Amino acid sequence: MNNCADVVIVGGGIIGCAAAYYLAKTGSRVIVLEGSEHIGNGGSSRNGGGVRQSGRDARELPLVMYGIKELWPHLSEELEVDCEYHQNGNLRLGKNEKHREILTNLAEKARACGLDVRMIDGDEVRQINPYLSDEVTVASWCPTDGHANPLTTTLGFYKMARRMGVRFITGEKVLELRMVKGRLRKVITENNVYEGENILVAAGYKSRDILGTVGIDVPMTQSLLECLVTEAEPHMFDQMLGTAEADFYGHQTKHGSFVFGGSSGYEGCNKDNGTPISNSITAPCICRGIMKYFPGLADAKIVRTWAGWSDKSADGVPVLGRIDEVPGLYAACAFTGHGFGIAPAVGNQLAKLITTGKTDIDLSELHYNRFKAKI
Amino acid sequence: MVNDRLRDIGEFVPSADDDMIICRCEEITKGEIRKAVHDGMFTLTEIRRYLRCGMGLCQGQTCSKHVKNIVAKELGISPAELEPATSRVPMRPIEMRIFANEAKEVRSDE
Repeated sequence: MNNCADVVIVGGGIIGCAAAYYLAKTGSRVIVLEGSEHIGNGGSSRNGGGVRQSGRDARELPLVMYGIKELWPHLSEELEVDCEYHQNGNLRLGKNEKHREILTNLAEKARACGLDVRMIDGDEVRQINPYLSDEVTVASWCPTDGHANPLTTTLGFYKMARRMGVRFITGEKVLELRMVKGRLRKVITENNVYEGENILVAAGYKSRDILGTVGIDVPMTQSLLECLVTEAEPHMFDQMLGTAEADFYGHQTKHGSFVFGGSSGYEGCNKDNGTPISNSITAPCICRGIMKYFPGLADAKIVRTWAGWSDKSADGVPVLGRIDEVPGLYAACAFTGHGFGIAPAVGNQLAKLITTGKTDIDLSELHYNRFKAKI
Repeated sequence: MVNDRLRDIGEFVPSADDDMIICRCEEITKGEIRKAVHDGMFTLTEIRRYLRCGMGLCQGQTCSKHVKNIVAKELGISPAELEPATSRVPMRPIEMRIFANEAKEVRSDE
């Protein structure tokens, strides 16, 4: 098989799969290299499924708003898979004055970007979702937020890109990028050498080491996030939920199960065994958290828990776009645990950037050269 | 293992027993599993994430061997070459209020 392509994408997660799909639609020849044995094996398959705008930093809001307006509504039809996209709003919950301050601040900044998000009190929260306990005294409400199924969405992008001829290779760990005559050209793996006119690195936390082989460093750390899922329950609500401190999130899926994510407080310093493993203290802690918000779920049975690495950017938003010092190099990484909902827009705009040099949404605030020393 | 997803596994050929339910918890049929392989799902983990088979109450304890054999046959490889999907905690479905007790002190009157 030919190891040359217009674009070589390093990383077969939802960003890589979405970029491959939109590139293939423009007629580009694409190769996607995935280090693990499975497509979408990192955060793409391990997140809580949020497709939300509220609670996001203003720098990434325009991009996610574009995706929710232009791409998500017809994604299931386009990918010929049920993405289980629901646009029934997001309640970001708070229990005290500090939470009210955090939420009000986020809501004001989002409104300045043109997002419909407003503050509501506990009673109005319970009108929207009557199952929430009296502990919830405040929330931000964004009616255009929602949730989707990360597994089928990621694999849907993969399926359609593959159908259009994109060559995906799993179990192909990238060791090094290499320049040829002043332009990035080669991707060296444990077994092969691939060549591309342009190269996109979208490999989660591993992007740091891979970009490092051409002298580019993205300041990020990795953090282990955990989720759990219940057995199927009767239908209760359709909103996506989160909290002011971003320590709990979740929704009820089309299947009827509840997917909830949460934290124990030790996410940034969990042991790295090379594979994400659920910590024994986290799922019980998530359960205690859920029961405070939803006392009615105390008898729901947990059937599965899992963990996944999040690539945490030093300033909370991803690094996206062209890397000027290395002609031919593009990056999309450091999504900081909220990369799923924004992924279709990222793939779409990167494909446009790579093929035409332009984007519909200004990505300049997400450029990698924004990191400056504090004084 | 390097796994080229464009490698030729032949066309999907419908079969008389495609309606047979393999994953009983999630009601996934043999035909759906075989079609998923032709959609590019070459590993048991991908099959599970794509179709939900093995994600129900029994967590694949009933059907995972059958799924493995079906996928292997479709790919033209030995079932031994396919890694099982990861087993996840807890081993049995457990109520949230019980699971949550991990940090509770044991009282003498309980």
